[in-house]
Amino acid sequence: MTFPHRHLLGIEQLSAPDLTRLLDLADTFLEISERPIKKVPTLRGRTVINLFMENSTRTRTSFEIAAKRLSADAVNISGSGSSTSKGETLLDTARNLEAMRPDIVVLRHSASGSPHFIAQRVGCAVVNAGDGAHEHPTQALLDCATIRKHKGRIDGLEVAICGDITHSRVARSNILALSRLGARVRVCGPGTMLPVGIEAMGATVVRRLDDALDGADVVMMLRIQKERQGAPLIPNTREYARTFGLGPRNVGLAKPDAIIMHPGPINRGVELDPAVADGSRSVILDQVTYGVAVRMAVLYLLGGGIEVSTSGGSAGSDAEKRS
Amino acid sequence: MNYVLRDGRIIDPTSKRDEEADLVIENGRVTRIGRGLRAPAASREIHCKGLLVTPGFVDLHTHLREPGQEYKEDIASGTRAAAAGGFSTVCCMANTTPVNDCRAVTDLIVRRAREVGATRVFPVGAITKGLGGAELAEMAEMREAGIVAVSDDGLPVMNAELMRRALEYARTFGLPVVQHCEDKHLAAGGVMNESASSTRAGLKGQPSAAESVMVARDLELVALTGARYHVAHVSAAASVRLLREARKRGLPVTCEVTPHHLTLTDVVCCGYDTATKVAPPLRTQADIDALKEALADGTIDAVATDHAPHSLVEKDVEFDLAAFGMVGLETALPLLLGLVEDKVITLERAVYLLTAGPAQIFAFPEAFGTLIEGVVADVTIIDPAARWTVQREALLSKSKNTPFHGRAVLGRVKATLVGGRIAYDGSGELAQPGEGKG
Ligand SMILES: [Zn+2]
Repeated sequence: MTFPHRHLLGIEQLSAPDLTRLLDLADTFLEISERPIKKVPTLRGRTVINLFMENSTRTRTSFEIAAKRLSADAVNISGSGSSTSKGETLLDTARNLEAMRPDIVVLRHSASGSPHFIAQRVGCAVVNAGDGAHEHPTQALLDCATIRKHKGRIDGLEVAICGDITHSRVARSNILALSRLGARVRVCGPGTMLPVGIEAMGATVVRRLDDALDGADVVMMLRIQKERQGAPLIPNTREYARTFGLGPRNVGLAKPDAIIMHPGPINRGVELDPAVADGSRSVILDQVTYGVAVRMAVLYLLGGGIEVSTSGGSAGSDAEKRS
Repeated sequence: MNYVLRDGRIIDPTSKRDEEADLVIENGRVTRIGRGLRAPAASREIHCKGLLVTPGFVDLHTHLREPGQEYKEDIASGTRAAAAGGFSTVCCMANTTPVNDCRAVTDLIVRRAREVGATRVFPVGAITKGLGGAELAEMAEMREAGIVAVSDDGLPVMNAELMRRALEYARTFGLPVVQHCEDKHLAAGGVMNESASSTRAGLKGQPSAAESVMVARDLELVALTGARYHVAHVSAAASVRLLREARKRGLPVTCEVTPHHLTLTDVVCCGYDTATKVAPPLRTQADIDALKEALADGTIDAVATDHAPHSLVEKDVEFDLAAFGMVGLETALPLLLGLVEDKVITLERAVYLLTAGPAQIFAFPEAFGTLIEGVVADVTIIDPAARWTVQREALLSKSKNTPFHGRAVLGRVKATLVGGRIAYDGSGELAQPGEGKG
């Protein structure tokens, strides 16, 4: 069975079986990542271009490592996505990319819909590595993989996503993915950071953090992204930390075995108290580890298109024999 | 050349005529309407059996882009597109380069329109110099040169004191003030309507209140000044409600709606097609329902296109960066006839909204939008049964930024006459060699 999608533009296009398939494959690749020799020859000879028009060392590095562990040739291109008059237009960027005949383009861009724009204009697969406030599908996949590892399931879990929901592509992709996999998602934040109609995506709006934490299996704290805010949405970070921050005083409201997540980078002392970020419930570094495995799974399915055995270590070699 | 339009279904909302009859055009004017009329000397017969014969359409809201942005559109191409859409009169907005804020620019547009225009062109002057929102433009002199209204369209007049003075000053010259209602603080950075769709698309929305708060403010200023006020491209349910109440209070206010705000919801923006990016933004189904109700009950007086041509330079970019606007002259009629087919409005009402309705709003020098004996022969001939598909390449406008590409529609303009001359001939039958060179 081939993966029924040419691109990964968002979680929106993925069904529950698609998601499960990616998560299963990520588990396989996680195992590879824990071997002494982490490289498999699956995508040898394939070119992956990481086009990052918005700064994100973390995500770019994760994609780069993923590509390299699959033996693809990974090239990083960075630029400024906000250039309008000066600099190259996205159309010219697309045409230049196309001329270089890559197999996969991984795009991070500040404008929502940019991966869709590129996907319509190039012949290769496009992976959305975060577009504006729209989606960040690989982040949601790695979050789901992490949750599944710690909780053994996603179906039936209570997940609280707290922070600036309005400007968060991580929140959107997670709401879609988690609700599609059977979790119940609550979103919480100041009224200025709760977007209109978020319920239609599959979330319940909770106004107070205490209520959001109450009985939660998973607590996902979002970074307050000041640079995205067009208008002042909160008086200051001090009041925000007191009202919407997670710390020792309120973390106990969640279930005793609840896990704490954050897509990073953390504003320590703002949305997350260091004691919780570094505490025993925190799975933040597992998220980073899964980031590479999930991106390997995505690149593998879009770049190779040949199913691997999910029985473990033979993933790469199986695929190679058949390619 | 004189014409006899034979056996067409003549629909004239002003005279309440809706019957199969002949219409005789002599020396650029409608001279007789009736059955079995004798053709005058040196005339051609146009067989209109099965076709609709209506007054020429009047568009209150067109961007012809000349002077200054001729790569998007010019007076020649824009009026050709207008004639193809059934319009015999278009009112061009002031946001050209330079801005139409003084007599010299008005004169230029009027002269160019006379030289190359396929239709009548009436300029709309700016409210403020350079659309700067700070000082009043020279309305008196522009009025002498031929403007029929004033508007800073594209930009709202944010300053309430200035808006009050604009209303008072324009009233002196009998000019309606046309407002593009958009509170710039509420709308700041918004690229589509704020709704569940903008949330899903991750695009910054403008709430419909950005429009309606300015409508509400302006209506109070109208009450203060008694001036004629017209809301351009009304799009929000709340705005319509305010306007309906204002009409009940007897305020001298009118409004127009575009075909696209009646037919597309903001859901289409989720595909990031920049042809759907328009100001005001496409709204929700609830807004469309309110607009349709207002269209039927008389709160809305006119359908206007807000024909806003943009080239690929402005449109083949990220949604966030794309220019606002879509072309509309050539799709207005079939989109409106779609509402007739859906029983939202009657055919007679649809014709009114394109003709007599708009013709009464601006300060035109003549009676347009009606077919009675003696009026200028601005006539549109329509095949109401023609089914066709909108093709962006086939548009006569220089710009192709339409979200209706590929849409199957019903009803098509066969011909448009302006002052008794054929401005558009869709079938090519009217300009056969050896005939009618008069
Ligand atoms: Zn406007």
